[in-house]
Amino acid sequence: MCLAIPAEVTKILPDEMAVVSMDGVSKEISIALIDDIAVGDYAIVHVGYALAKIDPEEARRTLDLLRELSTERQGAVQ
Amino acid sequence: MKYADEFRDKEIAVGLAKAIRAEANKARPYRFMEFCGGHTHAISRYGLEDVLPTNVRMIHGPGCPVCVLPAGRIDMAIGLAMRPEVILCVYGDLMRVPGSQGASLLKAKARGADVRMVYSTIDAIRIAEENSAREVVFFAIGFETTTPPTAVMIRMAEKKRLSNFSVFCNHVLTPPAMKNILESSDIGDKGQFEIDGFVGPAHVSTIIGTEPYEFFAKEFSKPVVISGFEPLDMLQSILMLVRQINEHRYEVENQYRRAVTRDGNLRAREEISDVFELRDRFEWRGLGQVPYSGLRLKRSYAIYDAELRFEMQELCVADNRACECGAILRGVKKPVDCKLFGTLCTPEMPMGSCMVSSEGACAAYWAYSRFRDHRQRRAS
Amino acid sequence: MRGHQRKLDIKNACIDLSHGSGGRAMAQLISGLFHEAFGNEWLARGNDQSAFDVRAGRMVMSTDGYVVSPLFFPGGNIGSLAVYGTVNDIAMAGAQPLYLSASFIIEEGFLLSDLKMIAESMGEAARSAGVHIITGDTKVVERGKADGLFISTAGVGLVPDGLDLSAENARVGDRVLISGTLGDHGIAVMSKRQNLAFETEITSDSAALHDLVVKMVEAGGCGIRLMRDPTRGGLGAALNEIAQQSGLGFRLQEEAIPVKPGVAAACELLGLDPLHVANEGKLVAVVAPEVADAVLGAMRAHPLGCDAADIGEAISDDHHFVQMATSVGGGCIVDWLSGEQLPRIC
Repeated sequence: MCLAIPAEVTKILPDEMAVVSMDGVSKEISIALIDDIAVGDYAIVHVGYALAKIDPEEARRTLDLLRELSTERQGAVQ
Repeated sequence: MKYADEFRDKEIAVGLAKAIRAEANKARPYRFMEFCGGHTHAISRYGLEDVLPTNVRMIHGPGCPVCVLPAGRIDMAIGLAMRPEVILCVYGDLMRVPGSQGASLLKAKARGADVRMVYSTIDAIRIAEENSAREVVFFAIGFETTTPPTAVMIRMAEKKRLSNFSVFCNHVLTPPAMKNILESSDIGDKGQFEIDGFVGPAHVSTIIGTEPYEFFAKEFSKPVVISGFEPLDMLQSILMLVRQINEHRYEVENQYRRAVTRDGNLRAREEISDVFELRDRFEWRGLGQVPYSGLRLKRSYAIYDAELRFEMQELCVADNRACECGAILRGVKKPVDCKLFGTLCTPEMPMGSCMVSSEGACAAYWAYSRFRDHRQRRAS
Repeated sequence: MRGHQRKLDIKNACIDLSHGSGGRAMAQLISGLFHEAFGNEWLARGNDQSAFDVRAGRMVMSTDGYVVSPLFFPGGNIGSLAVYGTVNDIAMAGAQPLYLSASFIIEEGFLLSDLKMIAESMGEAARSAGVHIITGDTKVVERGKADGLFISTAGVGLVPDGLDLSAENARVGDRVLISGTLGDHGIAVMSKRQNLAFETEITSDSAALHDLVVKMVEAGGCGIRLMRDPTRGGLGAALNEIAQQSGLGFRLQEEAIPVKPGVAAACELLGLDPLHVANEGKLVAVVAPEVADAVLGAMRAHPLGCDAADIGEAISDDHHFVQMATSVGGGCIVDWLSGEQLPRIC
């Protein structure tokens, strides 16, 4: 449900619109649902609308935690 | 793709699977319902069930707004689309959803209805501007994630003074459906379909936050983890659920911290409450009438409400009696328990909602998992 | 008495019903536009059919209709596609394509300048593929009766002695080779569709594959069991077809399947699977394991096969499933596409 993907804001347009890009694919979307978004920010995009900004710090923390969780059991008896 | 590829790392996936296997108590089952079709899709697409230990089972819930749309509402939309003055704008997923007697928007289009697939509500506004002599109706579906874009569109139509634009609103809410599932009588029948915890939908939570799920954790003593959709997100969430159960905790935990907060997106929530109000009840395919689970346009926006504008009659169509979608949506039965599965009901000729959308439990099972049963049968 | 013939006004004129009515306007269109673009000795004779010499051996024949929307897309147009598509169908038999026919159904109002561009790119594609378009037909239909232009092409080719590529040749343990990245054509076309439009650097991969096939046959000979060009329905459809016809199953390795990041991203955006998206310049080959490395090497040495990869194997399976080991260590089925591939929101 609710297919949404992370995309980078590459240009702010008038009328609460922006251009986002993911791996060289770019699309005009609406940023009407987000208060303060700037070029370089990443957002979760669904049906042509940015729903939420991605917090890079939280993303990094999650990845660190994932690495930690996945190595904790190295050598554990299966 | 940044923020996606990193969360698809094989090595970490293998490590997480090991951690789940090590921490899951072999003496008990862990049955987690992923409420959201996006999770169902990810589980099937990545074959996550293969990397989980056998006592950790995923139950596919009703979480797809396409699957849960009842046949009557599709019939209503088809009726609307067949009117010569109407251009019906729809998201692609809706084209194949069956109404009564196998009707669908795709078939209506073949018979001459002007049905146009759009990626975004912005396209629907554009189509209305380009076709001022026609009535443009947007077929609005979706959970809380997809509702704010409809609200923005209605306010845009008002700003642009579009007089040929309206919305056939079918937006629904996730928490009431979750409550309905937990309170339904057959959950817990025979004890074997007990749900031990929920994987909560992260994209819905970008809007509504994690707070609405706290009630479930408390009321039903079920752990909830709001999870992202990448394979590592899901494996981490499953591990978090296993830990909660092992530690007898029933909390709402947020795995998708990179985009979800407790309060969600206040601006989007305002958009919703500005434009929409609760319906007393709304029909969900497979679940029947669920109280206070659907939205309609507020009276101040009545001119944009297609149901009023075209005096649409509410249609109710009984589901096929042999169809087990209801039980499957509630996690009480598996797709293979349905007599119709794979015989009368296939992705090409879907009878029930679970087969219609690629996110439906039956379609996902058909597309990605049915060889497992053959493997198991061969092995036994 | 010969009437005065005005030259075709390519720049401003558009097709009208007289261009299909068998009169002077039609003759003018055929000679002034199509013959110009396809120029060869057969067309110059002006018959309703063309004769050509054949040498003894096995021939193949194939036909295909082209109804692409939009007609012009990044990396090609309906004209080049109509040549490459049929050339590739012939090449998949290991054959050398020789002659094509081309039939045009044109909607009145179609711009002559567009038609000229399309015809010229057909001529160019035919020359680059070493085939000749030696007979054709033109029909004009009323406005609203066609989507601008439909093209049908048929072709014949010559199969090298001793070569018989067919699905029933496949054996358990055979390798599955793909000649390059998946989904480029479908995504390039979709990027230009109204209401879905997005910007991408991805261009259609449409190309003639017969030369690549020659090199593969040189390397693998009869060790090559069969080839397919995975067009509509993508690799998923092609392998499911082969599985049904050969009575086998397949097991693929997801990590080995080449997909351009831009195609992957566009698929994520629209909720599509690159394995189901169309290709117009790719082939999938099932080859005996002992020739797999040699064939793969020959593919990679060719400009149209530089991203070629060994993506899996044929297995014994009564259900003829196409299975895939996923990138995170699970398994899934790669099924046929159900109906049309529709963009998803959920």
